[in-house]
Amino acid sequence: MRRGMMAATVAAGMAVAGAFGAVSGAAQAAEPLKVGMLLTLSGPPAVLGKHIQEGFELFVEQNGGKLGGRDVELIVVDDELKPDVALTKVKELLDRDKVDFVAGIVFSNILQAVFRPVTESETFLIGANAGTSTFAGRACNKFFFSTSWQNDQIHEVMGKYAQEKGFKKVFLMAPNYQAGKDSINGFKRYYEGEVVDEVYTKLGNLDFSAELAKIAASKPDALFTFMPGGMGVNLVRQFNQAGLSDSVTFLSAFTVDGTTLPATKDAALGLFSSSQWTPDLDNAANKQFVAAYEAKYGSLPSLYSSQGYDAAQLIDSGVAAVGGDLSDKDAVIAALEKADFASVRGDFSYNNNHFPIQDFYLVKAVKRDDGAYHTTVVEKVFDDYGDVYAKDCRMN
Amino acid sequence: MTGTLFAVQVLNGLQLGVLLFLVAAGLTLVFGVMDFINLAHGVQYMLGAYLAVTFYGLTGNFFATVVLALAAALVLGLVLEMLVFRHFYDRDHLDQVLATFGVILFLNEGVRIVWGAAPLSYPGPDILDGAIPIMEGFGYPIYRIALIVAGLACALGLWLVVTRTRVGMLIRAGAANPAMLSALGVDVRRLFMIVFGFGAMLAGFAGVMAGPIFSVEPGMGDGVLILAFVVIVIGGIGSIRGAFLAALLVGLVDTLGRSFMTDIFKLFLEPSAANQVGPAIASMLIYVLMAGVLFFRPTGLFPAAGRS
Repeated sequence: MRRGMMAATVAAGMAVAGAFGAVSGAAQAAEPLKVGMLLTLSGPPAVLGKHIQEGFELFVEQNGGKLGGRDVELIVVDDELKPDVALTKVKELLDRDKVDFVAGIVFSNILQAVFRPVTESETFLIGANAGTSTFAGRACNKFFFSTSWQNDQIHEVMGKYAQEKGFKKVFLMAPNYQAGKDSINGFKRYYEGEVVDEVYTKLGNLDFSAELAKIAASKPDALFTFMPGGMGVNLVRQFNQAGLSDSVTFLSAFTVDGTTLPATKDAALGLFSSSQWTPDLDNAANKQFVAAYEAKYGSLPSLYSSQGYDAAQLIDSGVAAVGGDLSDKDAVIAALEKADFASVRGDFSYNNNHFPIQDFYLVKAVKRDDGAYHTTVVEKVFDDYGDVYAKDCRMN
Repeated sequence: MTGTLFAVQVLNGLQLGVLLFLVAAGLTLVFGVMDFINLAHGVQYMLGAYLAVTFYGLTGNFFATVVLALAAALVLGLVLEMLVFRHFYDRDHLDQVLATFGVILFLNEGVRIVWGAAPLSYPGPDILDGAIPIMEGFGYPIYRIALIVAGLACALGLWLVVTRTRVGMLIRAGAANPAMLSALGVDVRRLFMIVFGFGAMLAGFAGVMAGPIFSVEPGMGDGVLILAFVVIVIGGIGSIRGAFLAALLVGLVDTLGRSFMTDIFKLFLEPSAANQVGPAIASMLIYVLMAGVLFFRPTGLFPAAGRS
């Protein structure tokens, strides 16, 4: 399972059904649309990949096993969070399986590894999570579309909020690797107050007692942190156990979300995070999505699930607009650029660098009446916000 | 102010130390007595935490959870011993490393299938809820103090067993010269099983106690295992006393390094450069310590008698 490839054929290729939707390119439309999903499905962060996959599969199922009128053959592979493994697997998808779309990709370093091979083979790449700055700026590519965000945006939300709220002293903490440093820089782009200390912890750090004591000693108004996955669970619980919640406002990115809340439970209540989506966001598409997801998987979707769902919707809209005929690549790109679907996050349009222009919210963790934990919007921080790298992008 | 912060960090270091001791104690006994390298020891720590998640879900009582999870960890340890480890006692270390590494892969994947990939948790007991105020707006969680006490109690108990009982005497004899022990008519195989089951239970206990502080997730034992190996190498293989002192030493050095290394570098470096260098040096400290100890005392600080 760990090494092997998980092939999930969502719709058995019913060629008969394909014959109806065919407008042009009837021969191609009878073939199933092949989508390769490259996701991190092993190790501690596996839950992120799993949620993206579940969101994606939910839409395909709701759509009768089709995307854009064509039957879908979904090939799910695990990148094991290793760039070399990801490269091998993506080459298999491109050369052997000859997929029409590659979708998914949880981590930046995986995106770095597979970006060129996929786009150079003129295969459409739909990023459902990682939003590396290089591919939003100079190295942007017309075959790449993101249904998540540019990484900095999430951190900028917190910086802007801290600035507007008038926090005078902020303590910054992130894991000691590239994304952690990007996070701190993103925060500082909008925050102009005093940074009392910047602490970089070991990636995968579990015990934050030493750092929490430092935070308490420096008496900040707020803590800003980026601690994805299990690190975030540990930090939130220990922050709460140390009784810091009363004196220090907890601002975070990718730390308090649908993947960590089931473990942090009450300890996370009232803590802030930033997001482009919450399960209770008030729009028709989202209500329908959340209800269907809960019915199918028995738990609330996370923002990763919502990004996977939107990735499927994007492919559906693009393929439908060209009548299922993918031979004219520029026509497909033009169709995808329109983002002609009802995103579960509400406003969604594409910037010149193929990253979404969307709203960002300050969110906090709450408990629903039935005991389920989720994030809810506190206030909108950015309206129709693009990223700062888009100006460097010359699409060709 | 700085004095209080230092005191808090020393407490944190002690707490990490006793947790490491619980894992390292089993590891050093198994390695010392049986000359068996058990990489899967960290997985037993993880299993302890996962078992506690399940038992907490069933009982809702922390103390019942501890008892049930310990019993289950003991049983699982013995089952693993019978299914896998027993067949590798007479093989060389490389075979043992390969087999026990396989057990790690198997069990990490196993817990992911059974319990899911998302991090899990369970709370500590209500009576240990809350914190002792130390600084303004910051308290030291009572549960962590309880963890230190429980760890020290375990160490004392273990010391009594090893130095004052017949089984302890056999264990010490086994660590010093297993062949002679066998020749004297002791059922070494049964002794091995007792030591192994006990080691698994200690690691499981560490996992159970860690659950209310750390998130319970697949692979959580891997990092602990590496630290535990550092501890037993520094302390001297097969020596409980060595494991205890080395665990406290490693816990203190690691915690104090993480807390103050960046500040120390800030005294004579630019803040941005200190932020680069500090965490890097801090994460190396315990390995530097291990290298230093090995250079001056190749058998560790307190090698088991008769071993050199």
